[in-house]
Formats: sequence, C-alpha cells, structure tokens
Amino acid sequence: MIVVPPAIQRIPWKLIALLTAITGFGILVLYSAAGGSFTPWAMQQTIRFLVFLTVAMVIGRFPLRIFEDFSYIAYIGVLVLLIAVELLGFVGGGSQRWLNLGFMNLQPSELMKVAIVVALARFYAQLPPGNTRSWTALWPALIMIGIPTALVMLQPDLGTALSICIGGVVVMFVAGLPFWWFGGTAIAGAAALPILFSFLHDYQQKRVLIFLDPESDPLGAGYHISQSKIAIGSGGIGGKGFLNGSQSHLDYLPEGHTDFIFATMAEEWGLIGGLALIFGFFLLLRWGTRVALKARTRFGQLTAAGLTMTIFFYIAVNLMMVMGLAPVVGIPLPLFSYGGSSMLTIMTCVGIILAIENDSKTGTRRFH
Amino acid sequence: MARGKSPPITEAWRGITFTRRALVVGGAQAAVGIALAARMAYISVVDNDRYVLESESNRVNLTLVPPRRGWIVDRNGKALANNRVSLRIDIIPDRLHNRDVVLGQLRTLLQLDGDTMQRINRDLKAASGYQPVAVAEDMSEAQYASILVRLPEMPGIAPQRGFARNYPTGAAVGHLIGYVGAPNAEEYQKAKDPLYITPGYRIGKDGLEKYFQPMLKGKPGARRVEVTARGKVVRDLDTQPDVQGKTVHLTIDADLQEYAARRMGRESGAIIVIDCLNGDILSFVSMPSFDPNSFSDGISNNEYSWLRADDHQPLINKATRGLYPPGSTLKPMAAIAAVQHGVDPGERHTCIGGYRLGNRFFRCLGTHGSVDMPTAIEKSCNSYFYWLAHRLGYDAMAPTAKLLGLGEEFQLAGSNQRYGTIPDSAWKMRRYDQKWSASDSLNAVIGQGYVSVNPLQLAVMTARMASGRRLYPRLINRTFTNEPLPFSAEALAVARAGMDRVVNGAGTAVRSRLPLDGITMGGKTGTAQVRGLASGSRGQSGAWKYRDHGLFVCFAPVENPRYAASVVIEHGMGGSRAAAPIAKDIFTFLYDRAKAMEALETLEAGWGGTIKERMDRDYAAWKAGAASDPNPELPQ
Repeated sequence: MIVVPPAIQRIPWKLIALLTAITGFGILVLYSAAGGSFTPWAMQQTIRFLVFLTVAMVIGRFPLRIFEDFSYIAYIGVLVLLIAVELLGFVGGGSQRWLNLGFMNLQPSELMKVAIVVALARFYAQLPPGNTRSWTALWPALIMIGIPTALVMLQPDLGTALSICIGGVVVMFVAGLPFWWFGGTAIAGAAALPILFSFLHDYQQKRVLIFLDPESDPLGAGYHISQSKIAIGSGGIGGKGFLNGSQSHLDYLPEGHTDFIFATMAEEWGLIGGLALIFGFFLLLRWGTRVALKARTRFGQLTAAGLTMTIFFYIAVNLMMVMGLAPVVGIPLPLFSYGGSSMLTIMTCVGIILAIENDSKTGTRRFH
Repeated sequence: MARGKSPPITEAWRGITFTRRALVVGGAQAAVGIALAARMAYISVVDNDRYVLESESNRVNLTLVPPRRGWIVDRNGKALANNRVSLRIDIIPDRLHNRDVVLGQLRTLLQLDGDTMQRINRDLKAASGYQPVAVAEDMSEAQYASILVRLPEMPGIAPQRGFARNYPTGAAVGHLIGYVGAPNAEEYQKAKDPLYITPGYRIGKDGLEKYFQPMLKGKPGARRVEVTARGKVVRDLDTQPDVQGKTVHLTIDADLQEYAARRMGRESGAIIVIDCLNGDILSFVSMPSFDPNSFSDGISNNEYSWLRADDHQPLINKATRGLYPPGSTLKPMAAIAAVQHGVDPGERHTCIGGYRLGNRFFRCLGTHGSVDMPTAIEKSCNSYFYWLAHRLGYDAMAPTAKLLGLGEEFQLAGSNQRYGTIPDSAWKMRRYDQKWSASDSLNAVIGQGYVSVNPLQLAVMTARMASGRRLYPRLINRTFTNEPLPFSAEALAVARAGMDRVVNGAGTAVRSRLPLDGITMGGKTGTAQVRGLASGSRGQSGAWKYRDHGLFVCFAPVENPRYAASVVIEHGMGGSRAAAPIAKDIFTFLYDRAKAMEALETLEAGWGGTIKERMDRDYAAWKAGAASDPNPELPQ
C-alpha cells in the first residue's frame, strides 16, 4: 500500500487541476489569437499563471488569523495607494490607474476588490450579534465601501467601482442585515438611475446608450459589441475549428485577447467550448460557496462568500458584455483573458478562500 | 412583523441567516450562469445563420471588375474603337487608416500635382465605405511597380490592371463614334448601378458610343478576396471574369474614313461617302475634330477650352449638324425636276450673263450663250436655271428635292441632325406669312436664299441620283427597301450626263478628273455665299469667316455608279477649288490606294504632319498663349 505523505495530501490537487484546465484553455485561445504563436501572449500568460498559482498556494497555507488581524491595515494601505494614484494622475494631468513598481504596473483598485471584502468581513465578525439590525451595522460599512468606490469612479473606472461595491454589499447581505434595506436600496437606486447616469463621463454614457441600441452605431462604439456577437454567433455549435476564427484572425474583433477573449474562443470552439468554460467557472464558484458554508469562523464565512462573489462578478459582467447583455465596461474574464492585474486579484481571492478551507479542516467551528 | 417582536439575535440565528443568504447568493449566481449559457446558445444556434453571413461579409470583400467594352469595328472587322490595358491605382476609403501618410507617399511616388491631390481629398470626403476613389490612371509600368512594392506599407491602396477605351485613328472618328466618359452623379442616380461608381468604368457619352451603350457595356466581373479589418488582402478567393460587351459592326470603311479625315487637311468641313448599292455610309467625316481618346481619359479643362476656342469648331459635327446653302450642287436635281415637268432637255436658253426678272437682273457667273440642259449643268449656268425656275416655279422642284433626301431627317444610329430647309410657297406662308415670289424661286434654284442642307443630305441626294433608287443611308446593317425613284430614265440620264461633263467635259471641275484608267467621276461643284452679293465682295478673299463655302457632290464610275460622295469645305472659296480636289483623291483611294496615299503624303508634308502631330502642336502653341487660329492662308 502506497503511503501518500501528508504534505502531498494537503495540496489541493483538484483545485489546481480546475484552475489549470481553465487557464490552459485560455492559453490555447491566446495561442490561436496570436495566429498560432506562443508569442506574444500565450507564453507570458503561462509563466504568469505558474507564478500566481504558487502565490495562491502559499497564501492558502497562511493561518486565517493573519488575514483577520491585518485586514484593516491592508484596507487602509490600499486606500492610501488609491489616493496616491489619484494624486499622481492629477499631477500628470490625466487619468491614471496604476503605480509603476518597476517590475510591474500595480493597479491599487484591483487590490481594493479583495481588501474591501476582507475588511468588511472583519467588521461584521466583530459586530455583536445584537447590533446586526441596528444603525451601527450600517454606517461604517457604507463609509468603507463609499470612499474607495468614489476614488475609483474618479479614475474613472466604472467596472472596478461596481465590482468593489458588489463585493462589499454581498458581505453586508450575508452578514444578515435586514432584507428590506437591500430591497429598498435597489428600488431607490433604480429610481435614481437617470441621475447617476448624468454623473457618468461622456464616453461612459455613450457606452451605455450604445449597449441599449448597438445597431445605432455599428462602425463606431457599437462596433465592439456587434463584432463580438458576430464572432460568437458564427461559431455555431461546434465552432469554426482551432486556428480558424476569421473574426479574430482578421482583426475584426477588437481586444480579442483581453476583454473579448470569450468571443475569440466561442468562434473557434462554438457553443460546446462556451458551455465547457461556463461549467468550469461553475465548479470554481461552487467550491468557493462550499468553503463559505463550511467555514469555521464567521470571518471565514463572510470572506469566502464575498470573494466568491467578486470572482463571479468578473465572469458574469464579462460574459454579459461579450454577448451584448451589458455595456462595454472593460472587465476581463478571470484566468482566461491576457493580463496580470486581474489574474493577481483572482489568484489572491483563490488563495484566501483556500486558507479558509484549510482553516476549517484544522479545528472545530467556534462561533456556535 | 414589528421590529420589537423579532426573535433575539443570537450567534445561532446569525449562522442560520448566513447559510440561507449564502444559498440565495449562490442560487442567484447559478441562475445568471444558466441565463448566460442560454443566451450563448441562442446566439450561436438560433441566430447562427445570420451571424455566419455577417462574419462572411466581414471577411470577404467583393470588388466589381468593370467589363471590357465591346469593340466598334468597320465593315472589314477593323477596329475603330477597342480597349487597351490601363494600369490604375485606387483608394478604398474604409481601409485607409493612415490617410495623411499614405496620401503623402502617393504624392511623392507618382508626382501628383496639387489639383490631383485636391480632387482625391474631395472624392475621399464624398465617398463612403468600400467605394473606391481613383488616384491615377494610365500609369507607366515603372510607376505601377513602385506602388506595388510598397503596397504592404500603404493599406487602403488598390492597384488594378484595367482597360481603357482606345480609338486607333483618334480624331478621324471623333464625330462618328463619339466618346466615353466616367458617369456623372446624375447618371448614377438614374441607373442606381454600383458599377457606375466603380473607378475605371466608362459609359458612352456621345455619338455611337452613347447610342450603342446597351450593346457595348458588357457584364462586370467580380473578385472575392479575404481581407482583414485594416483592409489588407489576405488572399484571393475566386474571381468571376467579366463578359465583354458585344461588337458593333459599322458600314464604315476605316481606311477610307481615316484617309478622308487626313485629306481634309487644315480645312473645316465634312465628307460623306455612300455606297450606291445599298446606302452604306463608308465614310462619315467632320473636321477638324477632337481626339476621343482625350475624352475617355477625362479631358483636361485646358484641352477643352482649346477645342472650344477654335473658330473651326472641332466640337460640332458638321456632317449632320452643319447647315449650308448648297449652291449649284442642286442644279442636277433642278434638271430632274424640270424634265419630270415636261421640259425638253434639248431646249436651249441663251445666257446673257444673267437673267432679268422684272426690274431686277440676276447675275450669272459668266456669259454662256445658248445652252441646253446638260451644258447648263456642265457650265453651272445660273441664267438657264433662273429661266427654268421662273417658268416652273420652285413648288414644282421642292418635291423632287425632298424625294432625293434634302430636308429629310434620317433614322441614323447615334446621330443628331439638323435637317435644314427645302422651301416652297406653303413653307414661306407658314414661316413668314408671306407669299412666295418669283425671285424666291430664282434664289432657291441656285441653292441660295432659304435653302439649307447638311452634307449628309447632299451625299444621299447624289447617291439617289446616281442609283435611281431611294437609298436610305445606314451605319449598321439595317434593311431598307430602297425602292426606285419615280423619275423617268431620261431625267436621271440628263442629270448624270451633265455631271459627267462637269468633270470630264469642259465643266467647272475638269481639273479634278480621276487619274485612273477607265474610271470616271461625275460631279457638281457648288459655291455658296456666306455674305450676300450686295456686299460687293464675291467672297473670294478677305477674312476667313466671310469667304464662300466650297461644295462638291460626285459619284463614280459614271457608267455604273458605285460610290457617291459629298464634300463641303467651309469658307473654301469655291467648289472646284476647295472641294472637288478632295473628292478626286478620295475616289482615287477607293480604286488605287497607293496613288491616293502618295498624293496625300505630299500634301501633309506641306500642312505640317498628320492630324495628331498638327493637333498636338496647335494645342501646345495654344497653351503657350499663342493664337489658336491655324493660319488660314495655308495652301490646300
């Protein structure tokens, strides 16, 4: 009988296989999008994935306590970075979203997606149960969400701002805040939509309008959505075949390797490829939700649920965008799109959820 | 549920709430996931056909290939209008991404001038999508190659090996064939054919090119290529060849046509040659003319101004749109009318140098003494015909003139005719509300006064007199009955005999006797006054535009007529002097080309070269600011 060493047993092989399958599929698509070449995207993406996977595994080994203890400090740190970016942008005379760290461009707004969830989870874990339905459960959370959202909106980056909001709101929701607060806010928000719309930048307003009627400007800003739908629709059930996508290879599909990579994939792999990818994402999100349900601590529960939502939000908005169900907001498809920032965020999320899973296996549930 | 009565919030309740709400969130996520999967299935299965089509129309670009135009050939199959290869460069606006750079490069490579750049920019502004905009046509191989090698750096540039209309004999066929040109906006609106806005496509604009447009146009070909969004052609998919337009066969004899045009020299006028067997028009010349090749390439404003400024009016087709008093060329016709009305051809009238009508004296050119009818034709004696006209009245002659084709508008392919006037008393009453007078008859019988005809009518008249049949002129093979004329053989014989003696007897054109053995020509000279006799001048000198017109109608051979012709030389100062020698050479050409060519080459040396050489030189001189008038004193 083969004895598997505990160190090997503790490595989450199933999770690694799932992540590798999704990213590997993405790398194939990047290979095709480059016209059948590992450069410039596929090779880079592979290296990046291996690095970030290792990072996620390492994060997963950290005791959960550490995240809880450093949550506020991390949140404040990221907030300072966001303000720094804003100031730099002000000085530079244009919108700026990243800090140049020398080896990579860091987008603090990406980090904020994670930091907001962890900080809010910490806040609600500390909140006495009796206060859950009181004013004290609400206003600190609103301030914590409001400040970074406003900063990111100033950049302006509508997609990330929304993502930060959603992550925070979901933590508030699962923390047990009264249901009608959310319902009421949703109704009030819908009523205030025209006012919010007027706060958007011209190009953002244009995107929203074109989303509502893409055919109104098929060669201008509606071009992205039209071409993306053509790519997906012309793929049919089985796709045009690997390396045979005309929309992406002949450059009709803009951003075919980043935001619109799903369309590139769907053109060559068809509905079958699309459903397989969606199923892969379903498995990932199911894992996150299960971890949340089984978490040993309240902090773990809230964090896992919030981070799972953050990952989901990426996927859902990106897919809705490429299928013409949402405006073009510039959110990449997790693990699939070419790019470092989004992969860093997702892998950080995965790492923290993994840490929560490991934590739940080590001790007894303590919040009963 | 009132807030106060809600159960106490404990850790346990919080745990249950979390589980419930996490499941709600998870369920919502799953629902969104299913909705997305369904949406994708809808796009890729239900709407698949539509998107496959759109993807194909993205990928594949269809370009129309303008069809090669049908040829226009002469009676022997020789080309009067054909096509030559033309190398051209167009811009596809949709694919032009770096406009200023590309235009700058084109400008340097092709040495385009400011006007051309302006036109290209204007066209680019007006054009949309894949509608090509022409940059340059008729480029040299070297220029074309210089573009081809740089093609990858210049997206949006489309080189093409196309065809352009070519007229081998140039100006000689200008008024016969007409010309082609790029369709204008109006014509495109009417036709709604995308071919009309394809660079390099030409439609017939004038003459036969316009008349036979439906036959000549052909069917466009198409080229399917795979293109990137930036317009780079990835590969050719397939090409459907164009179908060339049908060939139009004319009755014209190309060699004769060119000879006649060249023989005209620096004169202004028209020459028509008709086959007396069937009415075929063998030569249809109006000179000076324009070079239709210039029009098919898009004539420059300069060249067009030059043509307009010329007082010899190269833009007017004198063969059918030039109206002239026919002068004495109508005397054989008058003779036929007189015989038909019972005048004995042998009856003599004494010419005393004119004819007295009441208190007016109508002059003759000479004092011919006692003349009979053939002699009167031979000598072109006005007195004799005044006498006839006074006796019979012109109302007796006008029907004969009309039977011979004068005043008639012919159904002739592509021609635009002014048919002139054969006056009679009814006409004058209608037109001027005045009674016909005897002096009107006298003026009309010598082809002056109200009478005006075009050169085509004169040729038809001669052909009908020569053949005795009512020949209908034709440019293409149409069938006419050409029934016999209702004239007695005696009447026709008198007219022919008189015309025979004009050339071969002691008449007005003896110097233009054919230099051939056994073949003789019959003819009649005419000298038409541009200014009235009252001006005192006989129109034999002075400014060119006041000089008399010279006319000559003729047929050959006299015994068994085969060819008939009319020659009109504007301000040529006399039929025997200006027109008859040309007719002589043309008939000589029909029977002995070498002899005729020899005569022509001697003449052309004196005129300063062929038509093209002279036109090029005149144009250059005009552009240089020199007088556009060719020297009217040039020898004939």
